[in-house]
Amino acid sequence: MAIAQDIPARELDTIGLNCPLPILKTKKELKSMETGTVLKMISSDAGSLKDMEAFCAQTGHGLLSSQQEGNSYIFHIRKN
Amino acid sequence: MNDLNEIMAAGQAGNVSKAEFDKWFDERFEYNMKKMAENKTPSMSLIATKGTLDWAYPPFILASTAAALGWKVSIFFTFYGLLLLKKDLSDMKVTPVGNPAMPMKMPFGPDWFKNINWPVPNAVAGNIPGFENMASGLMKETFKSKGVASIEELREISIDEGVELHACQMTVDVFGFTQDDFIDDISSWCGATSFLPTAGKSDVTLFI
Repeated sequence: MAIAQDIPARELDTIGLNCPLPILKTKKELKSMETGTVLKMISSDAGSLKDMEAFCAQTGHGLLSSQQEGNSYIFHIRKN
Repeated sequence: MNDLNEIMAAGQAGNVSKAEFDKWFDERFEYNMKKMAENKTPSMSLIATKGTLDWAYPPFILASTAAALGWKVSIFFTFYGLLLLKKDLSDMKVTPVGNPAMPMKMPFGPDWFKNINWPVPNAVAGNIPGFENMASGLMKETFKSKGVASIEELREISIDEGVELHACQMTVDVFGFTQDDFIDDISSWCGATSFLPTAGKSDVTLFI
C-alpha cells in the first residue's frame, strides 16, 4: 500500500540510455528536488539494478524499491 | 565505558587496571576512526594519457560517475590525453590497426549482419586511405545507437559536477599547441609537481 508521501513527485525516463547516463541523469534530477520527495526512475540498462543500489548507498538517498518489468527497471528513490 | 569523564573518575579512584584502560582506549580509537571514515568525502585522481576515441571514455565515465556519487575528482591530462580537452573534439579517432581486440561490426542492418565481426588484416586497414575515418564513424554510430553518451556530453557533465581538469603545460609546449586551442574550464595549467600532492591524498588513483 502506497502512503501519500511515497507518491513520486517526479518521474525520470532513461530508457535507451546506457551506463553511466542513467545514474548521471538521476543525480541531476534529485539535485533539483526537495528533500524527502520521491523520484521514480525508469531505465533499460540491466546494470542499473546494481548501480542504483550502490549510488543510493554512497549518496545517502533512500532506495525505496527497485523492480524489473520485462526489459525495464523501475526505481523509487527518496531524496536525502 | 565510552565516556572520557567516566574512565577518568574510575582512574582517579584507582578502579581501572592497565588492561581495562587499554581496552577502553582501543574501543574508543576504533569508534573514532570509523566515524572519521564515515564522514570523509572520497576522492579520486586520474591521469589521462590517451587521446583516441576509445580511450577517451574511461576517464570521463569514471570522473562523471564519481562526481555523481559525491566524490571529489581531479584529472591530470598529459601527452595525448591533453587532446581530450580541445575545444573541438570532432576529429577524434580510433584505429583498428594494431588493435586486435577491437570488434569490427556494422551499426546498421538486421541483427545477423550487425553481429558479424569483419576480419580486417592490419595490412588492409593500414593501407586503405580513409579506413581510420570509417572505423571512427562506425564506432561513434554504434555508441549513439546503444545510448552511450558522447565524449562532449560526458565532459560537460564532468565540468558541471565540479570535476577539476588539470592540463599538462609541458605537453602544450612540446606538441606546439597554444592554450587557446583548449576549453576555458581548465582548472590549472601545471606539471607533475603540482598534481602529485593531490594524487597523494586521494583514495583512488588511476593511470589511464
